[in-house]
Amino acid sequence: MSDFILETRGLTKRYGGVHALEDANFTLRHGEHVAVVGDNGAGKSTFVRQITAVEQRTAGDVIFDGAPVNFAGPLQARESGIETVFQTLALADDLDVPSNLFLGRELFKFKLGPFSILDRKAMREKTMEALKTTAVKIPNVDNPIRNMSGGQRQCVSIARTAAFASKLVIMDEPTAALGVQETAQVENIIRGLKERGVPLILVSHNLRQVFDLVDRIVVFRRGRIVASLRRDETDGNDIVSYITGVKGGVEV
Amino acid sequence: MAEPAHGLGGLKYDPSKKARPQELNVFIAFLIIVAAFEILGRLIMGESFLFNTREGTEGLFNTQRLSIIILQVATVGIIAIGVTQVIITGGIDLSSGSVVGATAMVAMSFAQTALVNGNPNPKAIFGDWAMDLPIFVPILVGLGCGLIAGLINGALVAYTKIPPFIATLGMMVSARGFARWWSTGNPISFPTESYNAIGSGMRPVFIFIALAVLFHLIMTYTKYGKHSYAIGSNEQATRMSGINVDRHKVLVYVIAAMLASIAAIVVSSKGQTAQANMGVMYELDAIAMAVIGGISLQGGRGSIIGTVIGALIFGVIISGFTFLKLDAYYQEMVKGVIIVGAVVLDQWRQKSRGARV
Repeated sequence: MSDFILETRGLTKRYGGVHALEDANFTLRHGEHVAVVGDNGAGKSTFVRQITAVEQRTAGDVIFDGAPVNFAGPLQARESGIETVFQTLALADDLDVPSNLFLGRELFKFKLGPFSILDRKAMREKTMEALKTTAVKIPNVDNPIRNMSGGQRQCVSIARTAAFASKLVIMDEPTAALGVQETAQVENIIRGLKERGVPLILVSHNLRQVFDLVDRIVVFRRGRIVASLRRDETDGNDIVSYITGVKGGVEV
Repeated sequence: MAEPAHGLGGLKYDPSKKARPQELNVFIAFLIIVAAFEILGRLIMGESFLFNTREGTEGLFNTQRLSIIILQVATVGIIAIGVTQVIITGGIDLSSGSVVGATAMVAMSFAQTALVNGNPNPKAIFGDWAMDLPIFVPILVGLGCGLIAGLINGALVAYTKIPPFIATLGMMVSARGFARWWSTGNPISFPTESYNAIGSGMRPVFIFIALAVLFHLIMTYTKYGKHSYAIGSNEQATRMSGINVDRHKVLVYVIAAMLASIAAIVVSSKGQTAQANMGVMYELDAIAMAVIGGISLQGGRGSIIGTVIGALIFGVIISGFTFLKLDAYYQEMVKGVIIVGAVVLDQWRQKSRGARV
């Protein structure tokens, strides 16, 4: 078995003439938490979108779990064990928490094609369990998501990812729209993933958060990876100088 | 709830403040409307709307009026069960009335009897081979009509991505055209005894209730129901969750159209004849029932129970106007007001809901 759960070689994405991502060589070890940082338009989200197959890459290889992969779409990526929390919430507002957690992977009492009978009790129990292990507190899981605050909804979304995470979790700015307490909650979930040995790619603008949570920081600038630094061998100023291009020497 | 009232950022959950279910509100509205007609009846007409005030007849209620109300509601109510499912997924079906017309014509053609009072059937569509067929033939043929119409509707909506409004509008026009072409506009009559029996007496009501119970259970307890609500709530998220949204939509439109063909069989059996104009405006009445029953036209919310109560409200209002001897013209006008009013009410509800979050 390879050392790496995920590896990209020469990953490249061009939109017409725009080089959004150029020759990205990236590795992620089993159980490792890596942050992806960079200025707006540096290629962070583009990078994530190629891995989760939301977009199809222009060139390069993605090696996941020891084998080269060519996912046709995000669904296939998910089925292979890559769980992603997107910037836009992927929840059904009119459904309650268990229904959202189990959307698309419901448990059944009785299989009968589309008219299979749901095992609502089991799904509710597993939901409570998942919320407990991820330390997410939701006042009433039987309420539709619509009636919850933005933070609670994000927590449900992340709990869903964390609960089913098998091999790799990717979070694209999970705390961008959250308040202080809600951010703390999400960070706790991330620490939980670390304890359980689930590898994570965290796209974030928040350097404080990054230094709190991850093992390694990868800096993107103008579509290229300009640095990959262990957390304990770097500091905020160092990272900022890579982000802004003072260090790294890829000035055009 | 056994869970402690803990929350994020100090949020507390108070179960006693939980919002009343939508269906209860609709049911209260139903009671108010019935009471209003009762009072108006006593004031204006000097007789009771609900209760039996006639001399020499037994019973507490005016069973004759009540059975007419529920019988009127039953046929369109069957369609409304399907329309409810379509609207919950965020779609709309304008074709059900025309599907009723087309199905009635085709099904009745296979339900004719060879001899009428000893003479050959004057309205015969096919030759002798299609006469006096067993009852399951016209039923299966009728359901087949619904299946085809639903497959076309669903495929158009799911795979060509045109708005459901346009797709089913096309079907509405074409199916009506088909119904007229089928017998070049002539009515088809003289069905077999067994076909007549389907819609006789209070049977349409039993069929309506049975289908309502069946689909209530399906919408509440099965994957089909859960996914229907999910699609209407957030189609993109549902797709991302690995659910085959397109296939699901086809199934929903097929079920809706097949319910319309069941309604067609019932209504043509009840009238013992099929005409190309059968079911005109049924689609709007069915949508009105669903809307009055508290469905959201944005999708994701509503229920079969709500629609059943909505259908009763609809029936009571129409019957109430007849009872008050209001002109049919007024009835039509008021119907429009009710539909628009129910949608406006839904918008207000959503706004106040949004303000609270």
